[in-house]
Amino acid sequence: MKAIVCVKQVPDTSGKVAVNPDGTLNRASMQTITNPDDLNAVEAALQLKDATGCKVVVVTMGPPPAEGMLRELLAMGADEAVLVSSREFGGSDTYATSQILAAAINKIGIEDEDIVLCGRQAIDGDTAQVGSQIAEKLEIPQVSYAADFKIEGGKVTVKRMLEDGYMTIQTSTPCLLTCIKELNAPRYMSLSGIMDCYAKPLSVYDYNTLKDDPLIEPDTIGLKGSPTNIFKSFTPPQKGKGKMLEGADKATCESLAAELLTKHII
Amino acid sequence: MAEFNSTKLEDFSGVWVFCEQRQGKLQPTVLELLGEGRKLANDLNTELCGLLLGKDVDGIAKELGAYGADKVYVADDALLETYTTDAYAKVICDIVADKKPEIMLIAATNIGRDLGPRCAARLHTGLTADCTHLDVDVDKYADFLREASTLPAAQIDALNRADRNLKMTRPAFGGHLMATIICPRFRPQIATVRPGVFKKGEYDEAKGNAVAVEKIAVSLSEADLETKVLEVVKEAKELVDLAGADVVVSVGRGISKDVAAGIKIAEDLAAELGGVVGGSRAATDAGWLTADHQVGQTGKTVHPRLYIALGISGAIQHKAGMQDSECIIAVNKADSAPIFDVADYGICGDLFKVGPMLLDAFKAAKAGK
Repeated sequence: MKAIVCVKQVPDTSGKVAVNPDGTLNRASMQTITNPDDLNAVEAALQLKDATGCKVVVVTMGPPPAEGMLRELLAMGADEAVLVSSREFGGSDTYATSQILAAAINKIGIEDEDIVLCGRQAIDGDTAQVGSQIAEKLEIPQVSYAADFKIEGGKVTVKRMLEDGYMTIQTSTPCLLTCIKELNAPRYMSLSGIMDCYAKPLSVYDYNTLKDDPLIEPDTIGLKGSPTNIFKSFTPPQKGKGKMLEGADKATCESLAAELLTKHII
Repeated sequence: MAEFNSTKLEDFSGVWVFCEQRQGKLQPTVLELLGEGRKLANDLNTELCGLLLGKDVDGIAKELGAYGADKVYVADDALLETYTTDAYAKVICDIVADKKPEIMLIAATNIGRDLGPRCAARLHTGLTADCTHLDVDVDKYADFLREASTLPAAQIDALNRADRNLKMTRPAFGGHLMATIICPRFRPQIATVRPGVFKKGEYDEAKGNAVAVEKIAVSLSEADLETKVLEVVKEAKELVDLAGADVVVSVGRGISKDVAAGIKIAEDLAAELGGVVGGSRAATDAGWLTADHQVGQTGKTVHPRLYIALGISGAIQHKAGMQDSECIIAVNKADSAPIFDVADYGICGDLFKVGPMLLDAFKAAKAGK
C-alpha cells in the first residue's frame, strides 16, 4: 500500500501581499509556504505510514524552486518526492493541472490498495477543484472535506463535513480524499529527517516523461489546453475611509447613536 | 488532437441552476442563484431551467418557478435521495450532454464544490469557483468594473460589446485581487457561486403555477455508486444565520483578555439591534466561536444594514466578507488597524468600555424616538 499526496507551494497570503501597478500579484516579494490544507494531507499519510508501514509519495506541480518544499516534506517523513515541472505545463487552469497531476500519479503507479490525498483547497486560488478533478481523471471515487477517516481491508470510512453537520461515507481503495484542518495537526520536520531528506529519492517529471499518457495532449495541458482563461484581473478600490470619531466616551457613543437613528440604521 | 463534444458552442442554449436539496429541503442559496440566473437568461434572451435531483422532490418545482425558473428538470430516484458524487455527477453529466445548456450555476456549498469539478472534468469544460459577480452583457460588466475596479476607463471602454461569454468574477489571493474568468471555447460555462452574495427575486405565485416540469429518465444502479453514505448527521446546534442577518456584531482577537465578557458584549448589542453575533477567523480558529460564525473570505460573506466590528484588526481576509455592509462601525484600540479603512465610523478605544456605552446609547436613542 502507498499514499500519494498532492501538494502545492503557495504565496503566503496571510502576510503582507504586494500588488503590481498592473493589478497582478508581486510574487517575488512574497514568502512561499506549503499550502496549509496540504500539510494536513501529508500528516494523514504519515500517520498511515506510522500505523501500517506504507510508503508515502509526495507530488507537486510547480517551478523548480518547489523542490525546497518537497525536501521539507521528505524531512517530515515522506519517502519519495516527485516534482512535475515543464514549460509546457505553465499557465494551466484547474482542469489542465488535474490532467497533468493524474498523469503523474499514473506514472508513479496507483494500485488497488493505494490512496491519494489532497488538501481541500489552496490559499492562492481557493478553488477546491483540483482534487475532485484528479479523481475524475483517474476514474476513482472521491470524498472531499475529510475530517476523519480510517482504512480497514481496502474499505475506507470517511467523516465528510457539511456546513450543518457531517456524512459518514464508505468507499474502497483506490480513492482520493481531500483533507481539511480538522483532520489532524501536522508534525514538524525532525532533526534526523532533515539529515536524511537529501538522500531520499526526488524525481522530476517533465513533458517528455509524461507525454505518452493519454491524458497529456497539447489541447489538454498548459495555457492552451485550459478551458478557462483570465479575462481581467484587477484590484478593488478601497472603500472611502469613513470618519474617526473623536474620543471613546459616552458623548461619542450618544452622538453616533443619534446619527444612526436619523439615518434609519438602528 | 482530442475531440470534445462541448466545442460546438452554437448547439448550447439556456441557463441552468443546480437546485441543491438536502433531506428533501431546498438549500436557501438556490433562490439566490435563480435570481441571478434569471437576469442572465433575460440578457441572453433564453430560458432559465432548474435542475432538481432527489427522491419525491416534485413539490419543490413550483417554488423554483415562483423564484424565476421557466422550466424544471426533475430526476427522481431512490439512489438520488442523498447526495453522492457518483450518482449526481452521472445523472447531471448525462442530461447536460443531452440538453446542452450554455451556462450552469451551482451553489458553492460543500456539496456544490464537490460536484462541480467532477462534472466539469467529465464534460471537458471550464469551471470557475466561488464566483461573486456574473455578467454576460458587456455594458453591465463595464458598469460593474467602473464601480468595483481600479482599471483605467480606456481599458473598460475598449471591451468588445459583442462578447456574450459569461464573465465570472471572483476574489483570488485571499481577496487581494479580483479576477474575471471566461470559458470561451467550451460549453456549458459552469460557475460555483458563493452563498449570500446574490439576491433572490420576488416570489411570483402565478409563475410558480405555470412552471413547466420535465421528468428525466434516470438509469442508475447500485453498481454506479462507488461511495455509500452510511449516515447523515445534522449537528444539533442552531446555526447562526449570518448571511440573512440585518445586523451583525463581530468580535476578533481583541476580546482575548476576557473572551466570555467580550462575547457577552457582542450578544447584548446584537440582541438590542435584532442582529446576530459573528467573528473573525482569529475568533473561530481560537475556538471562542464555532466555525459557522466566521465572517470573511473563508467564512461567510455578509452585507447587513449595520456591521459592528469589536476588536477586529481587519485583515484582508475578514474585510473581503464584510466590506459591502451598508454601515460599518469599528471599535479597536489601535488607531492604525486596517478595519478603520473600511469603517464608516471608527472609534479608537477599548471594546470592553466602548461596547457597553454603545449599548446604552442605542437603547436610549431608540427609547427617545
